[in-house]
Amino acid sequence: MIEVKAVSTVNNHATAIRKRTGSINYAKWGYIFLIPFFLVYIVFSLVPLVSVFYYSFFENYMSGLKQIGPNFVGFDNYGTLFESNIGKYFGNTILIWVFGFIPQIFISLLLASWFTNLRLRLRATGIFKTVIYLPNLIMASAFAMLFFVLFSDAGPMNDILVNLGIFERPYRFMSEVAGTRGLIIAMNFLLWFGNTTILLMAGIMGIDTSLIEAAEIDGAKPAQVFWLITMPLLKPIFVYVLITSLIGGLQLFDVPQILTNGGGNPDRTSTTLIMLLNNHLYSKNYGLGGALSVMLLVISGVLSIIVYDTLTREQRKLRKERKLQRGGAGQ
Amino acid sequence: MNQNDAARLQLRLTRTVCYIILILISAMCLFSFYVLIINSTRSHPDIQKGFAFLPGGSFGYNLQNLLANENLPVVRAIFNSLFVSGCTALITTYFSALTAYAIHAYDFRFKRAAFAFIMMVMMVPAQVTALGFVRLMGTFNLMDTFLPLILPSAASPIVFFFMKQYMEATLPIEIVEAARIDGSNEFRTFNHIVLPIMKPAIAVQGIFTFVTAWNNYFVPSLILKSAENKTVPLLIAQLRNADFLKFDMGQVYMMITIAIVPVIIVYLLLSKYIIRGITLGSVKG
Repeated sequence: MIEVKAVSTVNNHATAIRKRTGSINYAKWGYIFLIPFFLVYIVFSLVPLVSVFYYSFFENYMSGLKQIGPNFVGFDNYGTLFESNIGKYFGNTILIWVFGFIPQIFISLLLASWFTNLRLRLRATGIFKTVIYLPNLIMASAFAMLFFVLFSDAGPMNDILVNLGIFERPYRFMSEVAGTRGLIIAMNFLLWFGNTTILLMAGIMGIDTSLIEAAEIDGAKPAQVFWLITMPLLKPIFVYVLITSLIGGLQLFDVPQILTNGGGNPDRTSTTLIMLLNNHLYSKNYGLGGALSVMLLVISGVLSIIVYDTLTREQRKLRKERKLQRGGAGQ
Repeated sequence: MNQNDAARLQLRLTRTVCYIILILISAMCLFSFYVLIINSTRSHPDIQKGFAFLPGGSFGYNLQNLLANENLPVVRAIFNSLFVSGCTALITTYFSALTAYAIHAYDFRFKRAAFAFIMMVMMVPAQVTALGFVRLMGTFNLMDTFLPLILPSAASPIVFFFMKQYMEATLPIEIVEAARIDGSNEFRTFNHIVLPIMKPAIAVQGIFTFVTAWNNYFVPSLILKSAENKTVPLLIAQLRNADFLKFDMGQVYMMITIAIVPVIIVYLLLSKYIIRGITLGSVKG
C-alpha cells in the first residue's frame, strides 16, 4: 500500500517536472498535426456541403441555352421535388435494396455460422472466404458492363439458358422490368454478401464461447443455441450491417447507371436517387440537385443516429447500472 | 455406441450439404469472370456464333486491336488510373496516420471535440457534397485535372478511425517519450518511429484505398472531361454509351478484362492480409 503511494508520488513528481520543462509545447503539436485533415475537409467537403444547402434555395437551371436564375425561391425546390417522380425513384432504390438485402443477410448469416461452427470443422474455409469476398473489390461499373454484355439478347447467358432448355427463346433481360431490376439486385448481392459474411463472422467470433458451452451442457440444441444465444448477442453488429447496407443502398449508382446507360430503362423503373442527382448535375439544374442532396443527407443522418444509438445502448446501460451500484454502496 | 454412429453420420451429412452449397455459391461468384476470360480470348465472329466453354486463340489479337483503337485510349487511361489511385493511397494513409497520431499521442483542449467531429462526418455520403464540390472546383479552375480526385483524400474519416484503433493496440506512448528524450523532434518521431510501426495498417489501408480509387466512377465522371484525362471506369462508361452493335465484341471483353483482372490477381496474392483487414477497423462485436 505504502509502496504504491510512494510510486504514485514519484509519478506525480515526474509529471510536475515534465510540466515545468515544457510539456505545454507538446499540445501545440497535436493541433499542428490536425491541420492537414481539417484544412482539406473544410475546403473540399464542408464548404461544398454548406453551399449545397445554399443552392437548394435558388432557382438555377438551363432552359435550352437560356440560363434561368439564380433567383431565391425559398423551399420551392423541395416542393417541386416532392411533386415530381421522386417517390418513384425512392421506391426503385428501396425496392432494389430490400430484395438484395434479404437474401444477402440470409446467406451471409448461414455462411458465417458455418465458418465459425467448431463442431462442423469445415475444411478449406480460407479458399471459400477468399472467393466470396472477391467480387467486393471488382470495379462496379466494369461488373455492370460485363453483365450487360453477358445478358444481352444474343449474349452468352441467353445462349446457355436456351441450350440447356430452361428458356425456349432468349429472354430480353434489358427490356423487362423484372429482368433489369433482377440483374441489378443480383449484382449488388454478389458485390456485397462476402463483405457482410466476414463482418458477421467477426461478430460471432467475438462472442464468449463459455456462454455457448454452458448452454450446451444444459442440453440446448444447436438451433436453440443459435437463436437464443448467438443471435441476441449479435444484435449490435447486425444493426451496424443493416444500417451501413441501407446507407450504401441509398447511394446505389454505378451498377444501374452503366447497365441502363443512365436511362433507368425500361421506363425509368431502375432509376435510383443518385442517378437522378447525376442527371440534375449534368443538366446543370443546381436548385433541384441541391434540394435532393439535402434530402439524402437528412436520410443518411437519421440512419446514422439510429446505428450509433443502438451500438452504444448497451454501454450506456452498463454505465448507469454501475453508477446505481456505486450510489447504493455509498449509502 | 449406436447413437454415436448415428450422430457421426448426421454430422457427415450436414458437412456434405455445407460443402455442396459453398461450392455452388463459389461457382456463382466466379462464373461471370470465367465467361469474361474465355470470351476475351475469342474473336468477334467466334463470340457471335455462341458460347463455348474452352478458350480460343485470339487473346493477343483482341489486345492488339483494343490498344490500336483510337476512340478508346486504354493505355493512357490505365496510366491515369494508376497515377490517381497511387497518389490517393499514399496521401490517404499518410495523413490519416498523422491525424490519428495527433489524437492518440497528444493531450490538448479540443481533442475530444476534434475526434467527435471526425466520427460525425464519417457517415456523410460523398454524393451529398458532389454538387457543391463540382461547382467549387469550377471556381478554383481545377476542372478536368487530377487534383480534385487526389487532394480530398487527405481527409478520410474511415481510414483515420482504422489507424487510431491500430495505434491504440500497437503504439505505446513510452516509445514516443523515449524518442523525445533522445532529442528527436515531434515530426521526425512520427516519420521515423511511428510510421514504421504502423506499416501493417498502412499496407492494408493502402490496398483498400487504391482499389476504391481505381474503381471510382461517380466523382471522376463529373470532374474529368477530355479524352486524354479519362480513367478506366470512364472508358467503360464510354464503351457502354457507344453504339453497341457496331463494336468488335472481342475488344469489349478485352476492355472489361483490363478493368477487372489486374485487381483479381493482386487480390489473390494479398487475400490473406485483405480478409484480415476488413474486420480490424470496423466495430467491435
